[in-house]
Amino acid sequence: MVTSVTSFSRTGLSDWLIQRVTSVILLAYFLLIAYQLMGSVDYTSWTRLFEQTWMKVFTLMAALSLAAHSWIGLWSVFTDYLTERMLGPKGNVIRLVSQLGASLALVGYVIWVVVIIWS
Amino acid sequence: MLKVSLYRYNPESDDAPHMEDFSVDTGGKDLMVLDVLELIKADYDGSVTYRRSCREGVCGSDGLNINGKNGLACITPLSETVKGGKLVIRPLPGLPVIRDLVVDMSLFYAQYEKVQPYLQNPSPAPAIERLQSPEERAQLDGLYECILCACCSTSCPSFWWNPDRFIGPAGLLQAYRFLADSRDTATEGRLAKLDDPFSVFRCHGIQNCVNVCPKGLNPTKAIGHIRTMLLNRAT
Amino acid sequence: MFGVVRRIKPESGTISFDGVIVGGGGAGMRAALQLAQSGYKTAVISKVFPTRSHTVSAQGGITCAIASDDPEDDWRWHMYDTVKGSDYIGDQEAIEYMCSVGPEAIFELEHMGLPFSRTEEGRIYQRPFGGQSKNYGEGGQAARTCAAADRTGHALLHTLYQNNIKNETVFFNEWFAVDLVKNATGPSLVLWRSASRQVKRFTLNLRRPFSRRAVRGVFMLPPLTRISIPATGWAWRSARVFPAQDMEMWQFHPTGIYGAGTLVTEGCRGEGGYLVNKDGERFMERYAPNAKDLAGRDVVARSMVLEILEGRGCGPNGDHVKLKLDHLGEDVLESRLPGICELSRTFAHVDPVKEPIPVVPTCHYMMGGIPTNVDGQALTIDAAGNDAVIPGLYACGEVACVSVHGANRLGGNSLLDLVVFGRASGLFIEKALSDGIELRDAGQTDLDAASARLNALNEREKGEQVAPMRQELQAIMQNHFGVFRTGEFMREGIAKLATLRGRVEDVVLADRSSAFNTSRIECLELQNLFETAEATAIVAEARDESRGAHAREDFTERDDENWLKHSLYHSETKQVSKRSVNFTPRTVETFQPKARTY
Repeated sequence: MVTSVTSFSRTGLSDWLIQRVTSVILLAYFLLIAYQLMGSVDYTSWTRLFEQTWMKVFTLMAALSLAAHSWIGLWSVFTDYLTERMLGPKGNVIRLVSQLGASLALVGYVIWVVVIIWS
Repeated sequence: MLKVSLYRYNPESDDAPHMEDFSVDTGGKDLMVLDVLELIKADYDGSVTYRRSCREGVCGSDGLNINGKNGLACITPLSETVKGGKLVIRPLPGLPVIRDLVVDMSLFYAQYEKVQPYLQNPSPAPAIERLQSPEERAQLDGLYECILCACCSTSCPSFWWNPDRFIGPAGLLQAYRFLADSRDTATEGRLAKLDDPFSVFRCHGIQNCVNVCPKGLNPTKAIGHIRTMLLNRAT
Repeated sequence: MFGVVRRIKPESGTISFDGVIVGGGGAGMRAALQLAQSGYKTAVISKVFPTRSHTVSAQGGITCAIASDDPEDDWRWHMYDTVKGSDYIGDQEAIEYMCSVGPEAIFELEHMGLPFSRTEEGRIYQRPFGGQSKNYGEGGQAARTCAAADRTGHALLHTLYQNNIKNETVFFNEWFAVDLVKNATGPSLVLWRSASRQVKRFTLNLRRPFSRRAVRGVFMLPPLTRISIPATGWAWRSARVFPAQDMEMWQFHPTGIYGAGTLVTEGCRGEGGYLVNKDGERFMERYAPNAKDLAGRDVVARSMVLEILEGRGCGPNGDHVKLKLDHLGEDVLESRLPGICELSRTFAHVDPVKEPIPVVPTCHYMMGGIPTNVDGQALTIDAAGNDAVIPGLYACGEVACVSVHGANRLGGNSLLDLVVFGRASGLFIEKALSDGIELRDAGQTDLDAASARLNALNEREKGEQVAPMRQELQAIMQNHFGVFRTGEFMREGIAKLATLRGRVEDVVLADRSSAFNTSRIECLELQNLFETAEATAIVAEARDESRGAHAREDFTERDDENWLKHSLYHSETKQVSKRSVNFTPRTVETFQPKARTY
């Protein structure tokens, strides 16, 4: 068993499942948005759509999915390329800084979405 | 005359690896790549270094990167690999080079050992063999034939980046060989040890392993089966 | 992290083990497993990574009366076949041991995980092989060879390696054995030098007095083919003070792929394939009316050569025959002989599903070697002419001559030999260790003596290159000591070897690097090979009869009066003597020599 504290769920299977479930949620969400955009979109209809609770919940789910999905993907990329094996001793520092930056950004985005749709 | 370009590196005399060109008289025959190396070693430069043993594709010693593709030198005919009259031979990618075409395979073997590649069944053995139906035995076809040549794992980008944490296609093929064996009872223990973000799940389905395997095996498929078993175990 | 990953990389100095085994093939690893399972600290020294040892090339199977194909099968029938196959100079006590203990050894392998092919009943699949019969030759063809498709050696070797990992055997891979260290009281310690790895040279001083060596020594060429197998040989010369047995007995495998030397299993004929000449005639019907293509290997190989010599060979030069398999159908070929189909397509450019494979007899197996008893203890002859155990030295596998193969080995018996006697040696050593073994130290002079050859090679400035001399040695053995032999040609060959000896001793090492130096190994191997070749040549000339694989054109008959004996070769004096064959099995009646027909 290879462990890593910075992995999302600490197990490979959960990470793998989460990526697949979140991608389905994201696909559904963006299909819905695409469907809405195909009709005539104006400020009123858009606002009305986002005032409904189910849409707010769906949007929040999509935002959380996007964050989780991105984190798992970025974490994979960081642990592939930004490692001591690839970059020498400074690899670990660069990876941790990158992970910190990415996680702050993702948390920031989620908060931003919450602020927009619930305020 | 065949133009052959060999990767050369002797840690005692070279600061860095370089390519060396030879013009080899093959007598117009469709030799195997290993034959060409033997010719070079006997007639041109005795210091050229590579591994070889059975020369018939069953021992797995001479896995090399031949014109950009991993394969066994002894069963790769020139007609199959040489395009444009040039043969370029490099060591298997991603592992430390010891000398010339010889790589240090310790990391590769360590990953193999990690999957506990031996049958586990603590129940007392019968006086004869453990019975196994032809159908159950057929589950092992395409798995047990692996010769540990490392062509697959050293063509896998995930293994290049994480050879110490990702088991790699060869090791995972063997992991599944024992998971699939009707005589093995350690399934739960085996799966528990594979369920981390690196060991199995670094496989991104690139399928280089399938493309290069000189024995025509399919590690990606075996990895898919392991993933399904992990999923069934969790649900 | 899971799993225990063990890596020991000694840089230099002395390391102690309870047991040290030289050679990581089937026999060595079976013996190692026996010791490691009992908790003894065991080392295996292998010049290649163990799964690359030559056992991996064995295809057809492992012969043993496990009574799967025929529930009435009896190990005594197997014993009869083996004694007959050996042309009566196999030791009957050893053959009895191998055939009777065999089933237990096979079932152990199955329990370890060896993926045998299966019957509908779920038992191990057995196929017919050459020289097999039921009811002491009276009951027709038997099917006694246990198979894992046509990759039995591969499956066996990997299973043994895997179980050695499980039992934490320590492997020294890609290390090369240079010499035995012999002290005043016999060989008790062994010195090994690195196979020129990147690390500096080192000495392993093994504190327990035994070693084992396994061999692949395929160096001779049949008259009609080319073989590029790495000539490995073994450190035969290191035991030069001891005699070698039956060194003239070399098996030529009937079916080597023409032009490549790659073997295709006897299982091809066991599954129903047969040999044809240029007229498409199934010629083995003429030479062996009953067993036909499943006669002993020596018989089939000679028949093939006769067909070729008499002008019925295939191809523009009439220099090979063909193995017909297409009538078996694609399903049988792909399920039972998949590896053969692969080899044939690669090396002969022939698809056996559609057309026959061109084949020629190819030098394959050394029946002779270090004489041992059934416990694997190496034997020598004392001053009174009696067998004497060499303390601390054991041998099993191809290097040993127990002797279960006598003058001709049956197909499928080599894997059984290595498993049964690897196991037997392990069991005996286990007991010896628990009873307590006297340790003997080697002095500096003993160590120096054992390093002398390597040091001389490293320092020598002038001499000939290894590659041309290796070709010369091959040519001599190929031309003078092939399938058919005559005294005059052999004496010529011996004279040529005599002039080659000094040049081989003075081989020059062009590449003196200490980084993974395969050139150095090639030089040492050439010297080892030379010892094997010379032993073969001198004993072959001395045995003036035809028996088993040893076929003399000037002495065409078997001579039981003078030669129902093992030959012994004494390398220091180059003399040949005789040793009695064992005709006293413990539980069955002796099988008396009779005319050998198939």
